[in-house]
Amino acid sequence: MEQSVYFYIIPSIVMFCCGVYGFITRKNMIAILISLELMLNAVNINFSVFNRFLFPDQMEGMFFALFSIGIAAAETALAIAIIINIYREVKDIDINELTKMKF
Amino acid sequence: MEQVGSIVMYLIIALAIIVFSVMAVTERRILRAATYLLFTLFAAAGIYFMLDYQFLGAVQIAVYAGGIMVLFVFAILLTHKPGEKTALLSSKKKALGAIAALLCAVVSGVAVFTQLSFATARLGENPGVDMSAIGETLMGTARSQYLLPFEAVSVLLLACIIGGIVVARKK
Repeated sequence: MEQSVYFYIIPSIVMFCCGVYGFITRKNMIAILISLELMLNAVNINFSVFNRFLFPDQMEGMFFALFSIGIAAAETALAIAIIINIYREVKDIDINELTKMKF
Repeated sequence: MEQVGSIVMYLIIALAIIVFSVMAVTERRILRAATYLLFTLFAAAGIYFMLDYQFLGAVQIAVYAGGIMVLFVFAILLTHKPGEKTALLSSKKKALGAIAALLCAVVSGVAVFTQLSFATARLGENPGVDMSAIGETLMGTARSQYLLPFEAVSVLLLACIIGGIVVARKK
């Protein structure tokens, strides 16, 4: 049995859809961030899979995934700084409690 | 024999991705959800290793599993009581989320399975992406070399450090 592209695309689709589900249903800001990470990871897998299967002698997809990982790290760090700041002001990070933009 | 080994390895990784990503978005205790996310990230690193992108897999483990997960655990422990469960979801919200996820799965599934141009693509020989090739691509200025994005990302990370300090520091 030889491995085709679908072998790798299907787990990635499942991962992305889980991210979408969590992004909509979750109330906690950190849980929303976790769902966001799932979606970003699914996209990174797709980049490298298409690169490896369709253009194995080039490295564009791999480098895109590499830069994407770096940018996701920056985004997560900043988001967690914002979440901790919100917690300090409101004592809660449930999105239903956050009705004011300015304290 | 090697073929069987790689198939078994693939099945373990794919199953881990599917199971743990479902658990990460349905688990009600947030610290456990973060742990399941960690397992999913490890499985994604396994996929990179299976595709012979060893450097990408190492970066995935070092940055995601090593860096981002520590940030998540710190933030969760700073903002939650241990063992605290989130409220049960209303069925309307659940249905809305499930519909959105299914819609997304259908659209991407149709797009992938009707796009026959890569249906016959097979995992070929190891392209042999060695470290010197990666370093030259990252540092070169020629076509499809990435010095400018590399510098842009380094400036972005610097801005992120400063922004993080400014946002999170005590007034």
